[in-house]
Amino acid sequence: MALALQQNDKIRSLVDGKRVITKKPELLAPAGSLEKLKVAVHYGADAVFIGGREFGLRSNADNFSIEDMREGVEFANKYDAKIYVTTNIFAHNENMDGLIEYLQAIEGAGVTGIIVADPLIIETCRKHAPKLEIHLSTQQSLSNWKAVKYWKDEGLHRVVLAREVGGEEMRLMKEKVDIEIEAFIHGAMCIAYSGRCVLSNHMTARDSNRGGCCQSCRWDYDLYELEDGEEKALYDDNHEPFAMSPKDLKLVEAIPHMIELGIDSLKIEGRMKSIHYVATVVSVYRKVIDAYCADPDNFKIKREWLEELDKCANRDTAEAFFHDAPGHEEQMFGEHGRKTKYEFVGRVVAYDEATQMVTLEQRNYFKPGDEVEFFGPEIENFRVVIDEVFDEDGVSLDAARHPLQIVTFKCEHKLYPENMMRKENA
Amino acid sequence: MKKPELLVTPTSVAHIEALLEAGADAFVVGEQKFGLRLAGEFTVAQIKEATALVHAAGKKIYVAVNALFHNDLIDDLDAYMVEVAKLEVDGFIYGDPAVIMACRENDITIPLHWNPETTATNWFTANYWGERGANRAVLARELSMEEVIEIKENANVAIEVQVHGMTCMFQSKRPLLGHYFLYQDKVMEVENRKDNRNMFLHDDERNNKYPIYEDANGTHIFSPNDMCIIDEIDELMDAEIDAFKIDGVLQTADYITQVTALYRKAIDAYVDGTYDDERDALREAVEAIQPAHRPLDTGFIFKETVY
Repeated sequence: MALALQQNDKIRSLVDGKRVITKKPELLAPAGSLEKLKVAVHYGADAVFIGGREFGLRSNADNFSIEDMREGVEFANKYDAKIYVTTNIFAHNENMDGLIEYLQAIEGAGVTGIIVADPLIIETCRKHAPKLEIHLSTQQSLSNWKAVKYWKDEGLHRVVLAREVGGEEMRLMKEKVDIEIEAFIHGAMCIAYSGRCVLSNHMTARDSNRGGCCQSCRWDYDLYELEDGEEKALYDDNHEPFAMSPKDLKLVEAIPHMIELGIDSLKIEGRMKSIHYVATVVSVYRKVIDAYCADPDNFKIKREWLEELDKCANRDTAEAFFHDAPGHEEQMFGEHGRKTKYEFVGRVVAYDEATQMVTLEQRNYFKPGDEVEFFGPEIENFRVVIDEVFDEDGVSLDAARHPLQIVTFKCEHKLYPENMMRKENA
Repeated sequence: MKKPELLVTPTSVAHIEALLEAGADAFVVGEQKFGLRLAGEFTVAQIKEATALVHAAGKKIYVAVNALFHNDLIDDLDAYMVEVAKLEVDGFIYGDPAVIMACRENDITIPLHWNPETTATNWFTANYWGERGANRAVLARELSMEEVIEIKENANVAIEVQVHGMTCMFQSKRPLLGHYFLYQDKVMEVENRKDNRNMFLHDDERNNKYPIYEDANGTHIFSPNDMCIIDEIDELMDAEIDAFKIDGVLQTADYITQVTALYRKAIDAYVDGTYDDERDALREAVEAIQPAHRPLDTGFIFKETVY
């Protein structure tokens, strides 16, 4: 931490003899749908990145219509939060059609900026939708300060670094170039340099750099060598086959370090993730950033924050390149993800303090007698055993079986709309 | 009719002599510290020697500086480019904009070839880099014939297309082979296999073999087939594509030389009007020297990709 405590007046100052952080980084969250966008903002994201129906890299996500974007921006504005749209494909000639109109529509929807990899889209945006900020996507695998300076000279507002860039490298980039830097802090990641992998093109005829990635890197392969024309296996029966599956990134413990480095935006990956995931991860990082900035000298990572992140994780996690090059223990062999420890079972719609009755929208099966946990930005997590459950007509239920069904039950702790209810998986 | 430049990747200075004999017009050299997936390693002294040889024959030589650079190599890159520029090579091949900055800051005026491998996919972006010092774009290998030709029709820079050899599918900064051996508790294997370039991954479902190796730039994985369009150059010739590249990474010097001679024949025959009589024989000649574990295909030139 010694390194993290170097003085930098732009980042911190003394207030009544106590050190506080005056430059708080942006907490940037993913949202694959309007509902997830609202959850991300409500749970504390300063900015949210979303994908449109075209020019983005997740062709399997729900993605936003221009109308959805407008609604998302209006919602975010109420919280002073920003919306960025990913337009980070590497375009082929045919993708030029409709680009101008699309960028103008995004600009018209009030979006703050776009996340872009291809100079075609950068230049078109600059010319035809000049109000949009331009952020260079991690797809450009930006890994050195000279290239950062190149993009600064080109007039970009922000650069997203390659996942391979470490903390010390970030420091030099901040020192050498005056441009906003965004770095990933949490989520799944490519094991290849982003943009430099076309496994999907070869294996499934789907273009990875236009949203068709089918994650062939996470499949199993057998490693051989050719010796005098003979094929010799380089694996044994005691071990799993060769794979290129990285553990997910988790930099929660490095957040103080990143704040001290002056990183401008801390990015959570995962436009394909659930609202439970978005809410959980955003709320933990919100707490970490706020706690550190309020009192950096007495800051400690709380065990419950780490436990909380673990509740929605479906892979093991690691710090990847932040401190040092990742070793073999930061990869997974023979593991292909797992069920999360908890599942999201309900969303609070209303709470009546007089009757202590909570009104809840069902999101997964639960029944009276189940032990559940509530969490949300206004409350400390707590667990209760569910008492009798009623439907909207006051009829007692043996279980809440139907997705989106509105149910009520008694809860002595106060709850707020958008608080979430989760249940431990068996 | 204009003949495209026949661009090849020598494994050594001596190999350049054989390739000149075989009819090559231009050469890619460099070292793995700065260049990606080269067929051979060339020190600056060897580049000097190679440049003299190539220029004496009236041909061109390009130096690869197309790695993805981290901060630690930025100063070395500057020094290297300044030194190599003095040799009056005919071009630098780059992907990282740090190379453009190095040229600007050191008044290097040697032309640049934009080659970011997988991401050179449209003519607008080729022209964008053209306005920033590139006089050539090396197209992504994942494009169709139609896309290649549309790029050529709209490009203000020369267009280079790979016509033969394996293509890179994947580059990771992580040493994935070393990691796999460590995972298997085989520390000795990691040491023993530092320069081993005859490993492959087998994909059961597709029954494909993907060559894989590690070097200073990380781990590289290659296509299961060697692309070969020696019998399908018509449209590229008619479109006047500026350079045909034969990529010799992971091939023997002899093989590269023989393939070069065959493409020389193909290009000349096309211009002479005798290509139709020779194309099948040329294809068969490649098939005859093809290693057993390397099937031929036509890359993405005639393949549909969705997303």
